[in-house]
Amino acid sequence: MEEVKTQKSIIIELDKEEYAIPVSLVGGIERMQHITRVPKTATFVKGVINLRGVVTPILDLRERFGMEVIQPTESTRIIIIHLEKYDIGFIVDAAYDVLDIDESIIEPAPKVIGTIDVDYIEGVAKVEDRLIMLLNLDKVLSFDSYEVMKERLKVE
Amino acid sequence: MENSEYLEVFIEESKEHIQSLNDQLLLLENEPNNMATVGEIFRSAHTLKGMAATMGFQDLADLTHKMENVLDAVRNNQLEINSDIIDVIFQAVDQLENMVVDIANGGNGARDVQELVKKLQQIEKNEFNSNEITEDTSNVDVSNNANNNFVNLDEFELAILDQSQEKGFSNFSITIRLNENCLLKAARVYMVFESLEQIGEVIKSNPTVQELEDEKFDLEFTVLLVTEADKNTIEESIMRISEIQSIDIQAFTSEKNNKETSKINKEEPDVNENIQKDIDNSNNNVDKGTNNTNNNASKSISNKTIRVNIDRLDGLMNLFEELVIDRGRLEQISANLKNAELQETVERMTRISGDLQSIILNMRMVPVEQVFNRFPRMVRQLSKDLGKKVNLNIIGAETELDRTVIDEIGDPLVHLIRNSLDHGIEKPDTRKAGGKEETGDLILKAYHSGNHVFIEISDDGAGINRHKVIDKAISNGVITAEESNQMTDEQVYALIMSSGFSTADKISDVSGRGVGLDVVKNTIESLGGSISIQSKEGKGSLFSIQLPLTLSIISVLLVEVEKEKYAIPLSSIIETAIINKNEILNAHNKKVIDFRGKVVPLISLKDVFEVPMTEEDSEFASVVIIRKGDKLAGLIVNKFIGQQEIVLKSLGDYLGDVFGISGATILGDGQVALIIDTNTLIN
Repeated sequence: MEEVKTQKSIIIELDKEEYAIPVSLVGGIERMQHITRVPKTATFVKGVINLRGVVTPILDLRERFGMEVIQPTESTRIIIIHLEKYDIGFIVDAAYDVLDIDESIIEPAPKVIGTIDVDYIEGVAKVEDRLIMLLNLDKVLSFDSYEVMKERLKVE
Repeated sequence: MENSEYLEVFIEESKEHIQSLNDQLLLLENEPNNMATVGEIFRSAHTLKGMAATMGFQDLADLTHKMENVLDAVRNNQLEINSDIIDVIFQAVDQLENMVVDIANGGNGARDVQELVKKLQQIEKNEFNSNEITEDTSNVDVSNNANNNFVNLDEFELAILDQSQEKGFSNFSITIRLNENCLLKAARVYMVFESLEQIGEVIKSNPTVQELEDEKFDLEFTVLLVTEADKNTIEESIMRISEIQSIDIQAFTSEKNNKETSKINKEEPDVNENIQKDIDNSNNNVDKGTNNTNNNASKSISNKTIRVNIDRLDGLMNLFEELVIDRGRLEQISANLKNAELQETVERMTRISGDLQSIILNMRMVPVEQVFNRFPRMVRQLSKDLGKKVNLNIIGAETELDRTVIDEIGDPLVHLIRNSLDHGIEKPDTRKAGGKEETGDLILKAYHSGNHVFIEISDDGAGINRHKVIDKAISNGVITAEESNQMTDEQVYALIMSSGFSTADKISDVSGRGVGLDVVKNTIESLGGSISIQSKEGKGSLFSIQLPLTLSIISVLLVEVEKEKYAIPLSSIIETAIINKNEILNAHNKKVIDFRGKVVPLISLKDVFEVPMTEEDSEFASVVIIRKGDKLAGLIVNKFIGQQEIVLKSLGDYLGDVFGISGATILGDGQVALIIDTNTLIN
């Protein structure tokens, strides 16, 4: 039997679109809580929270992706990502699903998503009738990438 | 790489052995005839060699091997220790250290050590030529080392054997063979030793205990046992241990009785002859030779410790703090519910967690010895270079400090010690002329007092000349002549640590001290400590450093800026004040206040940190007066909350350095508060 490589991913929602983060990187999903603002940092850095004794930075993915910033709702979640050197949290509209994404159906990111050209989307997978975007976390965390995106938004 | 998980252990242990080499070499220099020290050095070098070879660091292994040869010659009285030899060995140890550092930094530890190796070989050979006991013996020695079966007993061991016989004990040579499938050989050996210790005393073993522990033997080992028990009892007790294949017990007589010895050695008849020769050749070898009993003794002193990565301790600490926060909530709930049983349980929990906290905090404490132990070596080198005689006396090396402080305090201390040697202690002839002992005393002392640790460096050297310091300070514009008249001695001495007091090239003109001492002062202050100087001209000086016990817990003033809470370290606060807004003046577009006759610039935290506005401005402003060195500034905040002890945490790598923020802490309610870095706010 041919081996099918799948990528287990957590599906998150941002502005009605679905994105995937590999489960192996996710350290936990927390409810929205008080975030201590850290001054003089990028605007998408919302601040820090106390995550079981560790001070953990929190990013607002809506802000990061140049979407409209909304007030947190009941379904707003903080996804904790375990990276090699540090943990970090993403604020997302909702997190509700774990999917096995067959790697063979992942296509490279189309040049144009919506109207903005972005580098933080690694690929797109079509699962049944859902379109799921796979995030490149390095790029998501990169301040440079954010600056580039902001510039493009301004041009428009 | 498969080895990588061992690499860290290797590096740590190598460092320990190198340190021990340094220590013991210094000892040896003072008492060149102490064979115990030579043995100690030899063992460290030997272990290092073994480890390096196992890990595949050939150069490291080679150099240690050459060093070991020299030491072995010393140990066997073929070579007399002198200062030159020690110098070369020190050089070798330095190279070893460099190699280990290289390995720690990801290198392969390769270094060109040809010259050193040549020197070591020369030392080794020189002796062989001049000594009566020539190569022949050295050959014998080698074979002897390889197969020695208790012929090389030292005086001490022989004495024990004799005594035991007089008392009617019997001596047995027991050869034990382990099962071929035995997995944990060292553990089996341990069990054998333990059961033997119950019925008698193990005098010696072959291979040595060290080698047995390191599993550096095949399947067979032999021990020499003094016991009251008979053969059968011994056999019984050993055969009870599993994975023992066979046991052979022979009576052992200590007399240089050829028959007996050859009996023991009958497995290796060819070497036997050599060994006999060795005995006849160099009786002194037996008398003054290896101190293997010391080996056993030093083994038993070693502490029962394990190495724990500091990150894990931090993790433990973090989780524990969370527990403390929850405990607080629980206490509140139980107070509300007024359930006696619940209250009792919560109280117990509070007590236990209090104990737990102090244990966790203690685990991070390390003896200051870790820093101090490199100084004897440094002082030796420096005093040699400077042509001075110095006697370094270390007191209180066991004093414990937080690991983070230990890491930082090394360089300032090096600086101060160099300073004392260079400018404090005089040359021998000057000292003699001044009616002092030729050898100067340098005392390094550490002790606890209250919540602080003090480290003092004192010398009986020239001391500080008040007038010269004042002249210098005035000419460099650090103080004015009027100011100088009112200064106490201590204030004057403190001048030598102010920046801009002295430059390196001029330093020798002045009373002596001064170069880079401002750096020392800054480092110590950044650690939350302070430094003071006492001195008496002609008698000596004392530098006293006061340090906090730990860096991870600091006292802060919690303040509120609009709705946000910030912590300001108490160490940088001079005082707090509430001022009327109309007292704020404008100078060059900057807000300032008149504070006790001084014009102090104001910094609005709200503006600096771009805090969202929520409240209306009130008529009064709360101001925290902070300082950086001599400069003052006032921070405008909305409210003082109070003083608190907090645990310092970093903001993490992702955010990196944030302007004006030195870290964060978790408050009693579980929320994060940022700690203000006052130094960056004043420029």
